[in-house]
Amino acid sequence: MEFEPVIGLEIHAQLLTDAKIFCGCSSKFGAAPNTHTCPVCLGMPGVLPVLNRKVVEFMMKMALATHCVINRECNFARKNYFYPDLPKGYQISQYAHPPAEHGWVEVELDGGKKRIGITRIHMEEDAGKLMHDEHNPASYVDLNRTGVPLIEIVSEPDIRSAEEAAAYLRCLHEILVYLEICDGNMEEGSFRCDANVSLRQRGTEPFGIRAELKNMNSFRNVQRALEYEIKRQQYVLEGGGQVVQETRLWDDTAGVTHSMRSKEEAHDYRYFPDPDLVPVVIDNAWIEEIRKEQPELPLEKRERFMREYQIPAYDAGVLTATPATASFYEATVASFPTINPKAAKAASNWITGDLMKMLNEDKKDFTASPIPPRAIAELIQIIDDGTISGKMAKDVVEEMYKSGKPPGEIVKEKGLVQITDEGALTKTVAGILEKNPEQVAQYRAGKEKVFGFFIGQVMKATGGKANPQLINDLLKKMLAGDR
Amino acid sequence: MELYSLTIHELLDKLRTGETSSVEITASVFGRIDAVEKDVRAYITLMRETALAEAARADLAIRKDGIGALTGIPIALKDICCTNGVRTTCGSRILQNFIPPYDATVVERLRAAGAVFTGKTNMDEFAMGSSTETSFFGATRNPWDLTRIPGGSSGGSAAAVAAGECIAALGSDTGGSIRQPAALCGVVGMKPTYGRVSRFGLVAFASSLDQIGPFTKDVEDCAILMNVIAGYDPRESTSVPEEVPDYRRFLARGIEGWTVGIPKEYFIAGIDPEVEAAVRQTIRVVEGAGAKCIEVSLPHTEYCLAVYYIVAPAEACSNLARYDGVKYGFRSEEGRDLMEMYKKTRAAGFGAEVKRRIMIGTYALSSGYYDAYYKKASQVRALIKRDFDLAFAKCDVILTPTTPTPAFRIGEKTDDPMQMYLSDIFTISTNLAGIPGISVPCGFTAAGLPVGVQFLAGHFQEGRLIQFASAYEKQAHIEKRRPTL
Ligand SMILES: [Zn+2]
Repeated sequence: MEFEPVIGLEIHAQLLTDAKIFCGCSSKFGAAPNTHTCPVCLGMPGVLPVLNRKVVEFMMKMALATHCVINRECNFARKNYFYPDLPKGYQISQYAHPPAEHGWVEVELDGGKKRIGITRIHMEEDAGKLMHDEHNPASYVDLNRTGVPLIEIVSEPDIRSAEEAAAYLRCLHEILVYLEICDGNMEEGSFRCDANVSLRQRGTEPFGIRAELKNMNSFRNVQRALEYEIKRQQYVLEGGGQVVQETRLWDDTAGVTHSMRSKEEAHDYRYFPDPDLVPVVIDNAWIEEIRKEQPELPLEKRERFMREYQIPAYDAGVLTATPATASFYEATVASFPTINPKAAKAASNWITGDLMKMLNEDKKDFTASPIPPRAIAELIQIIDDGTISGKMAKDVVEEMYKSGKPPGEIVKEKGLVQITDEGALTKTVAGILEKNPEQVAQYRAGKEKVFGFFIGQVMKATGGKANPQLINDLLKKMLAGDR
Repeated sequence: MELYSLTIHELLDKLRTGETSSVEITASVFGRIDAVEKDVRAYITLMRETALAEAARADLAIRKDGIGALTGIPIALKDICCTNGVRTTCGSRILQNFIPPYDATVVERLRAAGAVFTGKTNMDEFAMGSSTETSFFGATRNPWDLTRIPGGSSGGSAAAVAAGECIAALGSDTGGSIRQPAALCGVVGMKPTYGRVSRFGLVAFASSLDQIGPFTKDVEDCAILMNVIAGYDPRESTSVPEEVPDYRRFLARGIEGWTVGIPKEYFIAGIDPEVEAAVRQTIRVVEGAGAKCIEVSLPHTEYCLAVYYIVAPAEACSNLARYDGVKYGFRSEEGRDLMEMYKKTRAAGFGAEVKRRIMIGTYALSSGYYDAYYKKASQVRALIKRDFDLAFAKCDVILTPTTPTPAFRIGEKTDDPMQMYLSDIFTISTNLAGIPGISVPCGFTAAGLPVGVQFLAGHFQEGRLIQFASAYEKQAHIEKRRPTL
């Protein structure tokens, strides 16, 4: 019997609003414990929540980017459970009436594109953090994170493999970062993922019994956990057993999933509409206002780069991976007097090659590049007009990165200008041919590999400054000429 | 006449002319407290020292800047209103030592108007009760008969005003908790429209029903306090940005030509004959003032109690989840792990009535029961609200008894929750509909117990209620009796 995995993902993204969702406290990460708190987010008696409208707008940005229908009215509900990191004893979330539903995204897979449905997006508040003392039998609570806004994005069970899940996750991550509503940091927990996994007989409709996976804090772990869980369920089913409906935790070190709680132990959250908050009304004017502010999304940008700059899909993918890379590239191309495919491709090569490598080594992104975009354009122009060779440019770009100086200045300072004087080069080439009669004879006898030897000799003699094209032409002419 | 027995407006007049000072008034009130508090037990916490300091400041302010809306007037706060630096217990062991680092919005507003705070008054634990007997700090007694309850849950505030232990007080009303004790203690009590007075800093019982309101000796004082506490608060999402009129303008305007609705469902079997007689008398009084009385119907009245005892406990079980021993308030030290700490803290921290309602609420919201209980109750609630909308299309105000009986004896109903719940039968519908209501004294039983009459109006029609109540007060000439303490 052949099994097919059915996977749905629930993503929690922390929003980059300045303030928390229901009070004025800062939502910044990394402050000293319990310093970003007030009576409201501490859940003190008698205090009341007031919704931060920025959170609604950030949610709307994601809803529009994922083609969701935005409902005219939604409301908040209380999700009731006891835990020390939840000061009110309930989380304010959304339940029966979510703000956005019925969306989709298109993910890029090896075999092409696939559309994955978005069931719903809703807003909620984050909980605090517990810290356990290893030496004392004590636990501490840090409530800085309590009330930091989250959106939960629930996918349809449209995902059929661990690779597809990873691609979907990357796609949503990229959109969130592009919209500048989430920093996407999985280690710090600002982008979290849970998965529902079941297997069914391939080609049949009904879903199998599913397990919920938690605690996967990197893209790689999501893929590994799903691969493991699919195999585990397959093993259970092939052995004639039944998958149990339960929540399982991914153990990164052991590379396995463990049962955390069964269906019977699951919480009854006793959801009901929060009487302290009024329904949120989102009218068309508000939606249009947000739509106007929407930036170009990764997939659109990728397609436009391929169309406008005529660069290959791979280049477009790397260049649009972050908004910073893409805008650096566009600024570079805009510095050319006219856009031509050759220069556009050269810009892509320099940006995704040498420059990206240097930035990565320094753990910097393109907004912090010591080389400005117009300097890359200048570099490409002086290679193109023959002032320096591509090989020389490799050293120049390193110097540009170190010093921040424009390429023209570096070329001048180091006397790197390429020799393009045909008369002088002809003399040099003639001298080299004279000194190496044996190799000349070999070449003329048809051993064309020796050609490289001559190029090397000329470069050596000119200190690498000779124009490679010119050497090539002269050598060919002079080696053939005497035959 | 002792200063403590006067009204706000009488005292403001004396302060204005310099005939007395806030320090003298405050000293008079604390003198009265010293004399009768041992019998009445209206307060959980007295604020004598800060009150005298505030009074001295008020006297300075009067000389310097003249008199404000409440400058120098001693006011008591139900111990459900958070007070910065002063413990706020909500009548519960679980908050026995809780000191809020913030003031409720109403407290801020009273402070800004120059009020002097006498203390925090006793109440049923978390406002759950109709007799002030469920307080962890012991029962308050009715000043008119110390063997009887003062009503509840704001029994401490009602008793303090009736006994002269403050000039006026604030209470909170979730199902009648201002109006019922006001009626049983012979004072005026108003529950404003839901959203009229900020709930910020009011310890929540049932968030969609709770509302803060005044206890006063007469209708004019009610208007004075409403002028200070009503108004939009950006810290509360359900607060309504509706303009607040000067409620004093509605005093002494008369009610000539008004139509008064008498709901037939409110004169039921089981109502005490003396109470019924007193309320029937009010009908004749308002007719004497030129109003016309008609019968109206509120057909869903019989479901009010059932709806209330789903909605209120459901909201309460969630609102009270925060009292878990983790962050503030009482914590049992006996728990060996987290779950035990939770269980032992809540078992010892909450009283029986609170536990009963937490369990009812938890059950009503449980998976599989939500639709049958909470959702159904919310639907019926909408019908109850519609009943009032339809009735107010035919009349300006509605007149009903406030309570079915006068004050009952301490301990009489503590073992019978259903009997206790029935004492709110005429007041609960108001909270479910969100409309304002006022209870005004309308006479005494042969045994000398006060009886109250309730007037109701449409949303944000507090001015209309004040106009009607003040006209009634003037026309009725209710005997100015005082409890003998
Ligand atoms: Zn806060």
